[in-house]
This record gives sequence, structure tokens and C-alpha cells, in this order.
Amino acid sequence: MTLRRLWIGLLILAVLTPLGLWLPERMGAGDAWGEWSAEEVGRQLGQVPAGMARLAERWHAPVPDYAPAGWETRPLSYLSVAYIGSALLGIAVCAGLAWALGRWLSRKEDPGVT
Amino acid sequence: MHIPDGTLSPQTYLPAWAVMAPLWVVAGRRLKRALSARAVPLLAIGAAFSFVIMMFNVPIPGGSTGHATGGALIAVLLGPWAAVVAMSVVLAVQALLFGDGGITTLAANCLNMAVILPFVSYGLYRLIAGRSPAASVRRLVGAGVGAYFGLVVAAATTGVMFGLQPLIAHTADGRPLYFQYGLKVAVPAMALEHMVVFGFVEAAVTVGALAYLARTEPSLIAGTGVAAPKEKTK
Repeated sequence: MTLRRLWIGLLILAVLTPLGLWLPERMGAGDAWGEWSAEEVGRQLGQVPAGMARLAERWHAPVPDYAPAGWETRPLSYLSVAYIGSALLGIAVCAGLAWALGRWLSRKEDPGVT
Repeated sequence: MHIPDGTLSPQTYLPAWAVMAPLWVVAGRRLKRALSARAVPLLAIGAAFSFVIMMFNVPIPGGSTGHATGGALIAVLLGPWAAVVAMSVVLAVQALLFGDGGITTLAANCLNMAVILPFVSYGLYRLIAGRSPAASVRRLVGAGVGAYFGLVVAAATTGVMFGLQPLIAHTADGRPLYFQYGLKVAVPAMALEHMVVFGFVEAAVTVGALAYLARTEPSLIAGTGVAAPKEKTK
């Protein structure tokens, strides 16, 4: 099966992902529109809207913003390594879950005999 | 386009869950009927591709960033219902593991990027591709146009969700409780940047990947557009 080439392609893409950090940094581009953190909205408005303050910090992701927690101030080189690691982790988890779901869903219609 | 927690009011994100729940059930049933065991690795690769391509943030100099989603590509290759499943998996992983997009807003994000995006893409793709042969230029054009408008429409509906917030959730003195900009700001902002820049990125990714597959793995795209090859494997 030639699918192996596609997996290798995904690994190459994973190694290239730091481009997605560097280019915005070089060109002075910020967050995606509307994806500002509660603190950022607080800066824009003078205060964080009450409902936003209540919901925004409810979930603490284990790898926030594709880097270990507390790495926000690390240099771009560290963040790039973390970004590649996150890409590999994300590829593995997404592929694994989609595979499991696909197997579960397709197996039942796939009795082979009937 | 990943709406964070705290941006949408419960009056918005709860209905989004109510809409997504049956759609996930339908998607599961559709895959049970149409997804062959042979297509399962492709579903996994599609989800992984979507995850990694979304990490390539494309900057608007001095402005915001955006990215392709791969959702149109999955819809073209495996059908829109497979895209619903694959994209929902990706969005859930992004939210839970990486804090990219919220938990409360996960269903809203799925509605935009895992339903509206692939279905708009797929509809236009089928409309343009018609019965043209696999890997024909017309089919690639259909995929590109579908990808472009899929992303733009999804951006616009995301903008609508943003922009409704000040209308439906504010304090007695009119201050927003959640997202701060109304429809007149949010919809044009979301739609325009995706019309001018990111829509073309999604189109380029989709057409590029399809052209590559057509050259190297023609067997994979032979059944393109027919929600995954129907014949069963032994």
C-alpha cells in the first residue's frame, strides 16, 4: 500500500509547522480575528466582560497554545521545538481517534459474508 | 475561526450542541453505510492532515492570522459525512489538548468547520465537477472553488455567532457579557479576511493535495466524490 508515502508526507509537514509561528511573527500579525484571550479583550475594553471572565478560564488544556504551560515567554526557538512536538502529538491522537471511530463504524457494515 | 470559551453566551453554544448532537448521529449512520474498511486509513490520514495544516498560520501583515483547514479536501475525497467525523475529531483534540477553540464552544466550532465548511465545499464541488473524469482539470477547479467558498461561508457563520453576542447577552446598561463586537463588525471582518486571503489558501491546499494524489496515488481518488468506495473488502 502506498499510504506510507502519505504518512511520511505528514511527518514532513510536522517538521515544517514552525513556519506557522515564524511568518506571523516576522510580519507582525497577531491572533486570529475573534480568538483573543480574555486578558487581551480586557485590555481592549478596559475590563473583561463578566460572562467571558466566568467561562474563559474554565478549561486548562494540558498543552496550551501548542507548548508546555508557562512557555509563553520562551524564545521562538523553544516554541518551535514545542510546536513540532505538538504537531506529532496531534497527528498521532487525531489519526488514532479517527482510525478507531472509522473501524468501529465501518466494521458493522462489513460482515464480509452476508 | 476557533471560537474560544467565554466568547459565546450559553444562549448560543447550547443550541449549537443541540444541533450538532443529531448531526453526529447521522454522520455515524452514514459512515456505517458508506465507509468501506479500506477507507479507514484515509479517514485517519485526513484527520491528521487537517490537524497539521491548521498549524500553518498565514499572516495578514500587521493584522490577524488564519489558516487552511483541510475540511474541503476530506469532503472531496471521502464525502461530507466523513468530513463531519474527521473534522469533529480534530476540533475536539485541538480544544481538549491544546486549548485551541473552547470546550463550551466546541459544538459551535464543529457546526462551522465540520459541517458548514465541508458541505458547502462538497456541494459546489459536485455541481462544478459533474460527471467529469477523476483527476480532470474541471474536477480540480470544482474542488478549488468549493474549498474557497466553504471556508468563506464558514467564516461568515462564525462571524454571525460572534456578532449576535452583544445583541443577546448584555448587562442592564448595555455592556456586552461575552463577545464585544456586533454583527456589523464581526461578519464583515470574518468574511472579508477569508475572502481576500484564507479562502485562497484553503483552495490552494485542496487543489494541491488532490493534484498530488492524482499523480502519485490515482487509486485513492478513483472513487472521489462518491462518499467513499462502496464495494466491501473481503
